[in-house]
Amino acid sequence: MQVSVSLTVNGKAVTAAVEPRTLLVQLLREHLELTGTHVGCDTSQCGACVVHVDGASAKSCTLLAVQCDGTSITTIEGLAKDGVLHPMQEAFREHHGLQCGFCTPGMVMSAVDLLQHNAKPSETEIREWLEGNICRCTGYHNIVKAVQHAAQQMGG
Amino acid sequence: MPDAPSNYQIGASVKRREDLRFLTGNGNYTDDINRPGQLYAYILRSTQAHAEIVSIDTKAARAMPGVVTIYTGADMAADGIGGLPCGWQIHSKDGSPMVEPSHPPIVVDRVRHVGDNVAVVIADSLAQAKDAAEAIAIDYKALPAAVSVTAAVAPGAPLVWDTAPGNQCYDWHLGDKAATEAAFAAAKTIAKVDIVNNRLIPNAMEPRAALGDFNPSSGEYTLFTTSQNPHVIRLLMGAFVLKLPEHKLRVVAPDVGGGFGSKIYHYAEEAICTWAAGKLKRPVKWTAERTESFMTDAHGRDHVTHAEMAMDGEGRFLALRVSTKANMGAYLSTFAPAVPTYLYGTLLAGVYKTPAIYVEVQAVFTNTTPVDAYRGAGRPEATFLLERLVDECARVTGIDRADIRRRNFIAADAFPYQTPVALQYDSGDYQGCLDAALAAHNYAGFPARKAESEKAGKLRGIGLSTYVEACGIAPSAVVGSLGARAGLFEVGKVRVHPTGSVTVFTGTHSHGQGHETTFAQVVADALGVGMDQVDIVHGDTANVPFGMGTYGSRSLAVGGSAIVKACDKIVAKAKKIAAHLLEAAEADIEFKDGMFKVAGTDRQKALAEISLAAYVPHNYPIDELEPGLEETAFYDPKNFTFPGGTHICEVEIDPETGVTRVTQFTAVDDVGRVINPMIVEGQVHGGLAQGIGQALLEQCVYDAAGQLLTGSMMDYCMPRADDLPLFYVGQHTTLCTHNPLGVKGCGEVGAIGSPPAVMNAVIDALKGYGVTNMDMPATPEKVWRAVQSGRKH
Repeated sequence: MQVSVSLTVNGKAVTAAVEPRTLLVQLLREHLELTGTHVGCDTSQCGACVVHVDGASAKSCTLLAVQCDGTSITTIEGLAKDGVLHPMQEAFREHHGLQCGFCTPGMVMSAVDLLQHNAKPSETEIREWLEGNICRCTGYHNIVKAVQHAAQQMGG
Repeated sequence: MPDAPSNYQIGASVKRREDLRFLTGNGNYTDDINRPGQLYAYILRSTQAHAEIVSIDTKAARAMPGVVTIYTGADMAADGIGGLPCGWQIHSKDGSPMVEPSHPPIVVDRVRHVGDNVAVVIADSLAQAKDAAEAIAIDYKALPAAVSVTAAVAPGAPLVWDTAPGNQCYDWHLGDKAATEAAFAAAKTIAKVDIVNNRLIPNAMEPRAALGDFNPSSGEYTLFTTSQNPHVIRLLMGAFVLKLPEHKLRVVAPDVGGGFGSKIYHYAEEAICTWAAGKLKRPVKWTAERTESFMTDAHGRDHVTHAEMAMDGEGRFLALRVSTKANMGAYLSTFAPAVPTYLYGTLLAGVYKTPAIYVEVQAVFTNTTPVDAYRGAGRPEATFLLERLVDECARVTGIDRADIRRRNFIAADAFPYQTPVALQYDSGDYQGCLDAALAAHNYAGFPARKAESEKAGKLRGIGLSTYVEACGIAPSAVVGSLGARAGLFEVGKVRVHPTGSVTVFTGTHSHGQGHETTFAQVVADALGVGMDQVDIVHGDTANVPFGMGTYGSRSLAVGGSAIVKACDKIVAKAKKIAAHLLEAAEADIEFKDGMFKVAGTDRQKALAEISLAAYVPHNYPIDELEPGLEETAFYDPKNFTFPGGTHICEVEIDPETGVTRVTQFTAVDDVGRVINPMIVEGQVHGGLAQGIGQALLEQCVYDAAGQLLTGSMMDYCMPRADDLPLFYVGQHTTLCTHNPLGVKGCGEVGAIGSPPAVMNAVIDALKGYGVTNMDMPATPEKVWRAVQSGRKH
């Protein structure tokens, strides 16, 4: 059985026919070929799949595509505007907040949402917010620095 | 290579050129790749740790929607598919070769660990393949399992392999037993430790994946795979498993999301997808779910060791004896036998001038996932045992922990230093690293910080680790004599294009290390061109001539050296061309900052002018030189490299909850010349996180029946952002003396040096409770129990 879902992804209206069990991340990666959003685990722990659903960060491996009918999704591909990187993307580059790049899309999307909630987070607040995003490469040191830098750049 | 002036790239924290694609979602990982007509493979895995397969009934599954076929081990065997080979052969004390069981990609009649491959379902969609796998009926006859090394060597233990009595793979030794025993007989004091080096699961964030493709017109196979070393996979899979000629097999390792050793090895799924693509004439893709990663990625560590140090009356080390049991798991993974032997026993001198050392290692088969090299591989195990033992030496002699290390250090003027366990260290300054780390950490201020903690009802401890490791693997003849079945050289090819821009091909592979940036810095300086004129290509056997890949902190020391050698050849040829163009003698041509100049004149040619002449050879010494400007170098290192350093960890423990928090961590490492400080610091940060993770959080647990209890990220404690502090990372550099860049390697030092620093700090914090030893990880429960038990006494 296929069901139709209609939603906005990175500002573009899309409609897709999916199986009811299709996850949002599968819709993004397999149907829409937006492979920037990654799958790193099967238990909602790692956060590599974090996207924004109606502006709020969410793990796209833990939402059914059909639950997202009518929503507006932003993925890592939609973060830069007109070829200009988001300050968080710039900050990760400036502070070497990524190595293999696999956790990076989810990490960046999660960090962007943190600053929406808390424009000037402390180191502890950054670490606690990112508890749901696992990075195996960086030891988080430079990720924390990057988020602090982005907060500063964004006027927090 | 001369010392780099300030306008050179070497030594600069150049921002990574890799980052833009990763930050915008434009990375190209294996699972991002799809081929027209692609099918999906789902591997049905054993739920049993040890069982005979009585029957497999696939009839119902084959009839399910979308199923193309189902293969079992019998199908692969019928096609003559070989076992996954082991790349290293160890011999036992008695000269006999290790027991080397076959490792078919899909088992035929017996499963030997949870997760062993039983069948593969290939279907139009992954969901269909998974649905069908559930309909396969397997009749297992359960067998008793041997799980821990201790249980596996006990008399009467179940046998993993009928060909391995006592479950022994080999019984190896190194060192001078008689001299060691004599030193112990004369010792004034002996310190002893029993160490468990906890089993870890690597958990690179990108799960393994493989996509096999076959072109019936050309007969060429292509495998896209999550590998640290595509040429090694081509060699092993082509020559031993599928028996395909190398020129008909292309292996591509595109962007790879972390490896840490776990993506070195040739895995069954690579062979299954490639073979099935050939049979079905359609691409076949497999991607691991995280639980499969837990069950089937090669695990790390898992040693049980007893060690003793003999000392004289002044705390000087006279002799070390070590007895280790190492878990191999159910099969021998690609590098597995080398890890507890030549990457472990040879490191037991550490940074100390211990004159006599004897180590014996028994490698043991168990009904668990294969164990192989994981970040550090053997050196973390050696360092943990030594640095715990040295702290114990300090405790039993009453000598300060820093002082006893100083008293036994190999002096900075003693290099090259021949250890009693085969290695010759070329350079180092252990005292200098220790002093720099103590100062950076404010070691002297510890008592005041401890008093503050105590006021708040907390316990505080500080721990040291002074270490050396051997990496930059490796001299081929040396490792060949030690049992390696391959050479460990590296390859670099430098192509100067007609207009002077440069493409460099390297046989190493970058999966987070930033080679595309660091190597471009090296080439920019070597050829005197801008970094924007240099691109680094890796990860595709169709582009790169050959290579042994990335592991053992070898990429810059071995791969970078190959690139430098190729650049040297470019410069040598370009000098000849310049001499012709400038009508000067070749001996008079000087090369500096990208210009070829007639000495003492202002006549010169830029590299781009020379490359143009080389590709448009109208005015060219055609009788002496071939056209073109492209050179390849194979570089075989003369020795290992020997990074070292001091790590200092400070912890605060809440005695009421047992929670241990790392408050400060200082690492001063000697990684040789630093090309890109930003990247080096990042590599150290990541290693520290894995080392602190091993010490405080991570532990692979099997139950007595061989069921994996830590099979997901809910059960296996990965370090999170709020588990770790900011790190202080510094360098105290001595140059490697035998490679052209003077580099040693930085990929593994963090994971090697840090676990004993953490545990020495934890034990220091708990010494008031009578604690003198604790196994990793120091979980809140373990620490709380130690506090409770200490309170009773």
